[in-house]
Amino acid sequence: MSRPDLQNPVPLDPALDAPTAGAATRLRFAAVRSRLRLPSAYRRPMAVIGFTIIALWFIVAIFVPWIAPFDPLAQQFDRLQPPGPVNWFGTDSLGRDVLSRTLYGARISLPLALILVVASAIIGSVLGAIAGYFGRAVDEVIMRVADLVFAFPTIILAMIVTAALGPSLTNAVIALLFVSWPSYARVMRSMVLGARSREYVVAGRLLGFSPFRSLQRDILPNVAAPVLVLATLDFGNAILLLSGLSFLGLGATPPTPEWGAMVADGVQNFSDWWLAAFPGLAIFTVVVAFNLVGDALRDSLDPRTAGAVQGVKI
Amino acid sequence: MPVTLRRGPHLGPLARYILIRFGISVLLIFGVTLVTFTLANLVPADPAQAALGERAASDPAIVAAFREAQGLDKPVVTQYLLYIAHLFQGNLGTSTQSHNPVTQDLSVAFPATAELALFVIVFSIIIGVGLGTWAALRQNRFVDQLFRVVSLIGISIPTFWLALAAFYVFFYQLHWAPGTGRLSASLQAPPKVTGLYTVDALVAGQYTTFWNALSHLILPGLVLVLFTVGLLVRFSRSAVLDVLNQEYVLAARAKGLSSAAVIFRYVLRGASLPILTIVGLAFGSLLSGTVLTEQVFGWGGIGQYAYKSATTLDLPAVMGVGLVVGVVYILTNFIIDVVYGVIDPRVRVQ
Repeated sequence: MSRPDLQNPVPLDPALDAPTAGAATRLRFAAVRSRLRLPSAYRRPMAVIGFTIIALWFIVAIFVPWIAPFDPLAQQFDRLQPPGPVNWFGTDSLGRDVLSRTLYGARISLPLALILVVASAIIGSVLGAIAGYFGRAVDEVIMRVADLVFAFPTIILAMIVTAALGPSLTNAVIALLFVSWPSYARVMRSMVLGARSREYVVAGRLLGFSPFRSLQRDILPNVAAPVLVLATLDFGNAILLLSGLSFLGLGATPPTPEWGAMVADGVQNFSDWWLAAFPGLAIFTVVVAFNLVGDALRDSLDPRTAGAVQGVKI
Repeated sequence: MPVTLRRGPHLGPLARYILIRFGISVLLIFGVTLVTFTLANLVPADPAQAALGERAASDPAIVAAFREAQGLDKPVVTQYLLYIAHLFQGNLGTSTQSHNPVTQDLSVAFPATAELALFVIVFSIIIGVGLGTWAALRQNRFVDQLFRVVSLIGISIPTFWLALAAFYVFFYQLHWAPGTGRLSASLQAPPKVTGLYTVDALVAGQYTTFWNALSHLILPGLVLVLFTVGLLVRFSRSAVLDVLNQEYVLAARAKGLSSAAVIFRYVLRGASLPILTIVGLAFGSLLSGTVLTEQVFGWGGIGQYAYKSATTLDLPAVMGVGLVVGVVYILTNFIIDVVYGVIDPRVRVQ
């Protein structure tokens, strides 16, 4: 890496760095940073912490059979043991190792939340793009359905759907899919509405692009980023909702080592704090990590909240 | 903007705007009935079996009688029209579990949740908007970073887990908080006026009951406040930051107004629309949060009732809960829309 040229500082992308923030030192830092050629989101320490936690949890989810000290379903003679040298996080009411169950929990919550977020982002974005691009009746129908879903608090609607389909993890994901696509549809629709009348889109249409090609080639690259940020922020939410449904007994069924269901075990034996404490911490760390990364991504997209207005005070 | 002369002679733009919003809300409520009804009819499990138990369900005559009594033997469209007709008579059907009219069950559960939710939303707005504004004014300083961490924790912590932890620490270990429920077992509920125990106790002059109800309210309330405040701090911070950049704020400062005057008359007024939007959203997630918190604190509100009826396939009760919660949510958003129109004249002419 060459030394940064401090005499001729390279400013950041002007869109990211509004003139109000332009102190000379800041520009120099910008010069050093831009030489590192990292996406700006990862320069933030909080984002790095978040990303590390996420990476660790995914590693746990993949390699858990080699990491966990016990089988998550194996029952030992010592039931409800407090944390100790053998069972670091103690044992539950059936004598199962809480540490192993918490680690195995990553194998359940992470993939399901990933499926949920990706699927609702795709469904919501496609519907939103169709609504925004074609407008009129299509727009009305799709967005009114979205309004209807928005008219219910998430978990109550998800509860009704899960109850209707029968409690299981798969049905919990389907229920959450049902309630979580509209936010993507709204964002996508407003982005597409904004992009639709841009010159380059109109030019494409005049050249005879089909609506599909126009959406895919001209519009999508310009509207993908906000949806990506929304999805990152939504991941934490998905974990919270999934574990919430399992906590209510509408998701994972015993003996699945699901975090929310494990916390529910802790309600039954609430004097034995370790039953609920560790799976709850697991949920918390994953959600915090995704929120940290999502925040950093959003800040790097939206310069107004990213520090461009530094120094404004009353 | 061209002014149309054919506008109704006596309706000002504000009245017209409120009327349109009201119409949309009514349509949405109809939509909600459609959603709850459709979902309740999606049930692949047999509600007759769930309600009657296995032995009775093996007798075809009993099942047929149950289906007829519940109207399950009629075509779906007829069932829906019957449902709507009954709704207009204030009849939500009979719970298959408690065998009470659903309206009666809800009239007990609803005020319990309302008391909790009102307590939380009032405190959250005061604390959340206050802290959010403070953080925005001290952007990137210590206070801002501190609140950022607090609000991050607030929105990331699983509500049900926090509720359990609070219960364990403050009830089981420290004995500061009273146990589950809305009142201690030794006390009787105050005579019903509003159904909110704290208010009713004050009305009846029963101060012991009032303090007892309040002390039961505090712990579940604080759990939910942390979550709601987390949301409100983040969004009011960014709403205030947006306004701080506006030229009219600079102008207000330049003409020498005091800080307080600039904040309250210019900044908060300008930021009030996005903040209101978030209050509406926060109210929705608050209703979701209460479901999980009520479960831990044995609150006996809508959330616990919804859970009980959802797990026992008590269809009339499930539909009742969905309807009530949906209507409350729509009404809240209607009120917020009206306040929009009152605050910001630009909204009215759209």
